[in-house]
Amino acid sequence: MSQADTPGSSASSATDNEAGASTGLETSLEVNNLSLHYGDKQALIDINLGIATKKVTAFIGPSGCGKSTLLRCFNRMNDLIDDVTITGSINFQGYDIHDTRVDVADLRRKIGMVFQRPNPFPKSIYENVAYGLRIQGEKSKAIIDERVEWALKSAALWDEVKDRLKDSALGLSGGQQQRLVIARAIAIKPTVLLLDEPASALDPISTLKIEELIHQLKDDYTIAIVTHNMQQAARVSDYTAFLYIGEMVEFGETDTIFRNPKSKQTEDYITGRYG
Amino acid sequence: MHKHISEQYDNDLQTIRDLLMEMGGLVETQVNDACTALVNHDVELAEQVREVESRLNQFEVELDDQCVSIIAKRQPTAGDLRTVVSVMKVITDLERIGDEADRIAKMAIDLLDADILDDHYSGFKAIHSGVIKMLKRALDAFARLDVENALRVIEDDHDIDTAYKKLVRNCIKQMENNPDKVEDYVSLIWASRALERIGDHAKNISEYVIYQVKGQDVRHASSLDN
Repeated sequence: MSQADTPGSSASSATDNEAGASTGLETSLEVNNLSLHYGDKQALIDINLGIATKKVTAFIGPSGCGKSTLLRCFNRMNDLIDDVTITGSINFQGYDIHDTRVDVADLRRKIGMVFQRPNPFPKSIYENVAYGLRIQGEKSKAIIDERVEWALKSAALWDEVKDRLKDSALGLSGGQQQRLVIARAIAIKPTVLLLDEPASALDPISTLKIEELIHQLKDDYTIAIVTHNMQQAARVSDYTAFLYIGEMVEFGETDTIFRNPKSKQTEDYITGRYG
Repeated sequence: MHKHISEQYDNDLQTIRDLLMEMGGLVETQVNDACTALVNHDVELAEQVREVESRLNQFEVELDDQCVSIIAKRQPTAGDLRTVVSVMKVITDLERIGDEADRIAKMAIDLLDADILDDHYSGFKAIHSGVIKMLKRALDAFARLDVENALRVIEDDHDIDTAYKKLVRNCIKQMENNPDKVEDYVSLIWASRALERIGDHAKNISEYVIYQVKGQDVRHASSLDN
């Protein structure tokens, strides 16, 4: 399903994109001429952009614009869907992620993902976070204990759960569950975190906690977030990409996008006008 | 510009723009009346200007309140954000123009019995007509989001500054020749100084037009980037 590109060969072509897709910063993911079809229907049209390292990049746009599809491309989640055709490349650590040499399980370990609805496993809080390490074959209880505590602390959940680690994760509130899932994702120390509307099912306080967490996590991780909440994109991200019907209309610094966007389509969308 | 999905949002933004224009109209009248009162020694008109000043303060409070309400309810972005920010800035300039008009009215009362030859009011009249033109144009530019006219106002401000300096020179000459009239000429200089300040405020309003339309802050810029 992928175009066999020479690893890392087209890393500079994104700068040619009309939407101004280069941030000029070091990038963790470099998307070049990416198109995606679901059967006959084209969902992404020639996307070019770089996801800056240890920054937050937000994807906004109306429902069906392709933002979640694009996010799912980054760790090849679309492989799980039948009848998907992808052309173009996504370079990560020197290789196109579609390259035959890339191990998908390893890719997803390095590029973790959190979804809209918190999806903890029906296990204890501790086991949820330890799960990834156990899958990787980690046997040492001391190492796992240490990593679980670190991940829960990083996800700003430790203080709330440290006395009930053996309790079922399903007993946590929605906001706590979502932070638990983020803890689970970072426990295996990924490079990139993909967040697909991570706060859309949460109440305002839990949402603010997730936003604060994103702000802290970007010290260590490259983060890409899809959100329907434009004020959230404005608050948490450094860069924002606006997608519309599969095309990237505009990409730039979040401050610029929300104060003085170049494209009228972007302006209409973020100010809540009829397009 | 397309309409907002929320029609009420369109109405809210239109309301602050309308109120601002209404306030602008009142300010313009105040400046004209104050200058007319000064030149014609019309004490009633001068006192009327001083009374109306409080209405401008009410305008300022009401408009500020509406802008804050829009920010709280709508969290405006992009062009909407720049509109609200510009309106809030222009309110301040208009209120200060009102203060300057009040100052001119006060000078008009001080100058009621002044023995200044009509000729010596001509410099003041020239500045008055130039400043009113600037103010009208600035408010028009704001209403129509007209960058070209806004730029003309910014250019015109230099002429006002020059005319003001010339008036001060002439007044100093008169004071040297007629030491007993120093007080009157000082009042005339004060009134002209108020007009010159009104020109500066008109220039500020024009700068917010450019900010609103282009998203560029041209305040304190040595050269304008078209």
